[in-house]
Amino acid sequence: MMRRAFKNIPAVVYVALVYLFIFMPVAVLVLFSFQDSLLPIPPFQGPSLRWYQAVFSDFRIMGALGNSLMVAVVSSALSCLLGFLAAYGLARYTIRGSGVVQWLMVAPLSVSYLIIGMGLLITFKTMGIPKSLIAVIIGHVVINLPLAFAIIYSQMGEHQANLERAARDLGAAEWQVLVLITLPLLWPALLASFFLSFTLSWDEFIIALLVSRFDVTLPVEIWSLLRSGLNPKTNAVGSLVFIVSIILVFVTEFLVFGRRKSQ
Amino acid sequence: MKPMVEIKGVSKRYGKTTALSEINLTIDEGQFFALVGPSGSGKTTLLHILGGFVEPSSGQVRIAGQDVSYLPPARRPTTSMFQDYALFPHMSVGSNVGFGLLMRKVPKPERVDRVAKALDMVGLSDMSTRRVHQLSGGQQQRVALARALVVAPKVLLLDEPLGALDLNLRRQMQQELLHIQKKVGTTFVHVTHDQEEAMSIADVIAVMNNGHLEDIGPPARVYMKPKTLFSATFMGESNMFEGKVIQRTGEHIEVETVFGRLQVSGAAEPGATVHLSIRPEQIKAEAGGMRQLVALGKLKVEEVSFFGTHRRCQGRHATSNHPLILRLPQNQPAAAGEEIAIAVQRDDIVLLAQ
Repeated sequence: MMRRAFKNIPAVVYVALVYLFIFMPVAVLVLFSFQDSLLPIPPFQGPSLRWYQAVFSDFRIMGALGNSLMVAVVSSALSCLLGFLAAYGLARYTIRGSGVVQWLMVAPLSVSYLIIGMGLLITFKTMGIPKSLIAVIIGHVVINLPLAFAIIYSQMGEHQANLERAARDLGAAEWQVLVLITLPLLWPALLASFFLSFTLSWDEFIIALLVSRFDVTLPVEIWSLLRSGLNPKTNAVGSLVFIVSIILVFVTEFLVFGRRKSQ
Repeated sequence: MKPMVEIKGVSKRYGKTTALSEINLTIDEGQFFALVGPSGSGKTTLLHILGGFVEPSSGQVRIAGQDVSYLPPARRPTTSMFQDYALFPHMSVGSNVGFGLLMRKVPKPERVDRVAKALDMVGLSDMSTRRVHQLSGGQQQRVALARALVVAPKVLLLDEPLGALDLNLRRQMQQELLHIQKKVGTTFVHVTHDQEEAMSIADVIAVMNNGHLEDIGPPARVYMKPKTLFSATFMGESNMFEGKVIQRTGEHIEVETVFGRLQVSGAAEPGATVHLSIRPEQIKAEAGGMRQLVALGKLKVEEVSFFGTHRRCQGRHATSNHPLILRLPQNQPAAAGEEIAIAVQRDDIVLLAQ
């Protein structure tokens, strides 16, 4: 026992270092959001909630937060809806060239956000679509649709097709098959893709910066705050963004994987 | 008996390959009908055409007098029991069984009543609130049967539903299926590749091969007097040999074979080469005594194995060296190298179509 514990020491130290490397910046960010002085640098003074108070009374930040929520909800819902429709069509019907269609669906995953953002900017300009939150929503659907499609498609295999066939055999109309069989069975996959899309949209910066103008999302607002120098207020906003992301991860974990375990 | 299912000239082509060619058959009301054949013979395709999961390329399917050839599954008077059962994992056993009734808008009190009766019929009356994954394979099977029968279909389609069970459970379920079928009187169409299963439960067997019907009839007839070469080989072991037709006299033909000249019932033109078969259990090892037997000469025994109910004896015809299989009674041991006189009843020599 003792010897095995000794052998494990290098591994434990290594793992600790890895996690320290990953979480240190976040920990520092959160810690100095409670700083009681004007600069988020050591030594730590406080704790104090004054910067959180400042954040919540800043109508620009609060506006950006509202925009971010709206963009995340709408773009994730759209991504799931479109991803589901595409997955359903490709999984249930034999279409000529469906392999190519599938590949094209997930191909945007390999393109960087910067390239997608620039492409959208040029496209919107030639089409006369103004820079706006709607443009941001479209951009986020572009990056999240492939993910939603891939997750949902992977759950629509032969077994589920057989269940749908059985429901039809027992007299279910197409909409009843969809509502009573397909959707309930896909629920975990739909939730997983919704929350994953939400998380990615929530802190997406480059596309949001390129295609928005007067109304901006929270990451863009934080970026403009940072341009005026370091300030514990930015730490407080960053911590809020981080907390929302963490909550989403836990909600997903609970809804998707927790359910599966209990079944 | 009234015809329940009429299949008229049904063909199915996938691109250039033909899965079914010109199938014609009638299944009577209340019949337990088995479709047998090797994989790729088209039996499952035919079942899917009956269920509405596959559209025929040409031909017509009538069920209970109604042309259903192009009706979707939901609008046919059929239900299916699938190979993987296809029970809905997110519903309880009771909801699974009640699903078809719910789709037919049967009012709740009646639905509850009919679900209880259906579960009772398959011996699962206390399982209504269980989840599907809490049941054993055999129990899931029964739920699938109850779910398909509770809506009182005119025809129940069974797509190799016993395939996943072990042998004992399989035999037990066969008997139960038969028992339930006789009780409810619904027409059953059962697809299987197990010819023993088909023979033990079906009223009528259709043997399929390469997309066409080889033989159709009651199990005893199909087994003892198979129509074609394929049917004879597929439905259990058989001895095959060729012969040349010498002459034809009324109902009989005289055929020159390796076993000598044999009289066979059936018709063929003199000079033609025909295929004949004799089931191993029909070859008698004692030629003496019984007058009406046709002597086949002697068999040189090569291998004997004990099968419980009989001894399977493999050997060669002493004069022609033609391979032969026969079944000896349990109490008649034979050793390799031994020569046994063999004979057969004339009626047990079967003339086969190509």
